[in-house]
Amino acid sequence: MTEATLEKLKILAAAAKYDVSCSSSGTVRRNDGKGVGNTVGGIGICHSFAADGRCISLLKIMLTNYCMYDCAYCINRRSNDIPRATLSVSEVVDITMEFYRRNYIEGLFLSSGVVRNPDYTMERIARIAKDLRLVHRFNGYIHLKSIPGASRELVNEAGRYADRMSVNIEIPSEQSLIYLAPDKDYKSIYKPMGYISQGVLQTQEDRKSMRHVPRFVPAGQSTQMIVGASADTDRDILLTTSSLYRIPTMRRVYYSGYVSVNTYDSRLPALKQPPLVRENRLYQADWLMRFYQFRAEEIADESNPNLDLEVDPKLGWALRHPEFFPVDVNRASYEMILRVPGIGVKSAALIVNARRFRHLNSSHLSKIGVAMKRAKYFITCGELAVVSIADSSPEFVRCQLTARKDKGVSHLQLSFDFT
Amino acid sequence: MIVYRFDGTFDGMLTAVFDSFVRKECPDVLCLFSDALPLFYDVLHDVVTDESKSGRVWRKLCRMVSRGAQSALTRAFLTDRADFPLSAMRFVSRAVVSGESIEGDFSDQNVLVVLKECRRVTGEAHRLLQFVRFQKAVDGTYFSMIEPLFDVLPFAVTHFVDRFADQHFIIYDRARNYGYHYDGTDARRIVLESSGEHLRTGRLTEDMSDPQERLYQGLWKTYFNATAIMERANPKKQRQDMPVRYWKYLTEMQ
Repeated sequence: MTEATLEKLKILAAAAKYDVSCSSSGTVRRNDGKGVGNTVGGIGICHSFAADGRCISLLKIMLTNYCMYDCAYCINRRSNDIPRATLSVSEVVDITMEFYRRNYIEGLFLSSGVVRNPDYTMERIARIAKDLRLVHRFNGYIHLKSIPGASRELVNEAGRYADRMSVNIEIPSEQSLIYLAPDKDYKSIYKPMGYISQGVLQTQEDRKSMRHVPRFVPAGQSTQMIVGASADTDRDILLTTSSLYRIPTMRRVYYSGYVSVNTYDSRLPALKQPPLVRENRLYQADWLMRFYQFRAEEIADESNPNLDLEVDPKLGWALRHPEFFPVDVNRASYEMILRVPGIGVKSAALIVNARRFRHLNSSHLSKIGVAMKRAKYFITCGELAVVSIADSSPEFVRCQLTARKDKGVSHLQLSFDFT
Repeated sequence: MIVYRFDGTFDGMLTAVFDSFVRKECPDVLCLFSDALPLFYDVLHDVVTDESKSGRVWRKLCRMVSRGAQSALTRAFLTDRADFPLSAMRFVSRAVVSGESIEGDFSDQNVLVVLKECRRVTGEAHRLLQFVRFQKAVDGTYFSMIEPLFDVLPFAVTHFVDRFADQHFIIYDRARNYGYHYDGTDARRIVLESSGEHLRTGRLTEDMSDPQERLYQGLWKTYFNATAIMERANPKKQRQDMPVRYWKYLTEMQ
């Protein structure tokens, strides 16, 4: 552990930072009393927040940023002239343990550039996880990247020690992927996903008959797509997402607004700013699919293949489908209340609980935490309603909700033109 | 206006509920003995905390609401909102007389207040799990200083004992001047009497800390800075999720 490690850590943390996944949730592992660490399950613990506002939960690091591939969107591509470094197994283990003991992190997120061949890289990743678990009795969270093209045996080996594994799709359609990353194809990505999934299901089945079968990737898998590096529409992205969520062990799909790292490559769009709003809308759409019972086809239909950047996807859906509104909060089903813009999962649950006791009116709703500014156009609660979407038009509601307030200039104030 | 005064304890609040039933009245103000009284009032009653009375109320409450609601109420009671005891009292009063559980009635102001304050306190307890930072001392003990908004340290200690079962540590709440020391077997409540520099700043001095400590702090700071994508800088979000009041004791923010 010396100053040289510091330099390596700097390079490899910067190389890994474009991986979005940070969650440390999904497994409960108690400390068996001899080792160090536990995982809390439920919601994970974010230990810090970096200057870009993203949480730091795991020590997100690459084993090496040497890579034999030349993917256009990747900072670590072979043809980039950047400082390269490799951490030794003992260095990674040591940093992880010492950080963990100081409560800096929840665990390790290990990824790697592909050196020599996928299997060689995968083996080294699995080695570190094994060392942490068996030699250092580390019970914290371990998230491992599965290298595209790695063999089933190595994925299985890594999965025995990891809590979560992930393979990044990166590009939402195969033809764009082949165009941007000629060394990869969908087969090499979906295969390790399949290995993980099969391993998890197999182990779950075995554990029903034998209690002591070791767990396999108990927190499931995740993946990530880059937004804005290829020409794919939001509809393509969401349909891919929705098909990914049909894999039984897929817990999260992350979206990463493309940061122009390789500006010289003409295959990529030259973006001044990463598409942050679009990324945010996609996350909102993802939430709608996971918690609000929306289908991908509803969120981005054929006539609107891209999400509206001005309004959130739920409001967007409501404006396209005025026939469902207004919703009577005192009578409608939970599913229908969930679809009202301005009512979230928490408020919807509170509403269905509270309406058993008395008739709810708008003052109850705003106290419960409903955003009445948006919801008022879409609900009735037995009061004299403001103009709802059924009485007016979607255009009017949209106008009301997107109107920018001019700050500092009151319409009551006369203004003189002194020029 | 009916004013009740009590000693600020949970049992005191339950005794106040008992007294209000005995006296057949509903107080409009429930304040501490140390608080200033309102200018005009009709009745002033001083609640004398009595565990037999509070116990009766508590046992009845336990029959009327679920375990979840009981723990929500006790957690919420740690809040700093001065008017919370009155809401808690009204919540308990309504819960014990109504024929069915009222915990789901979120159109009732008091039920909602209990839920909201419980969320606040639980959130603060969770932030302890997030933002405690240990420094290794020369004798191998890990030391940490914190200043949470509410007295939530006891909630967090079990988590740290389970997680760091093989390391000795101290977590010290500077605002309330007590802490826990875990010595490998169990965690004991301690009060540090000395007034060393490390107790004022929360940072171990050079001669007190482990020789490797500065190196790992340096590594952590390096990592913290290197992992941020500067094209996406968002200081507002950073402050929202990691309130500035914690920065004082965070290794990476110094």
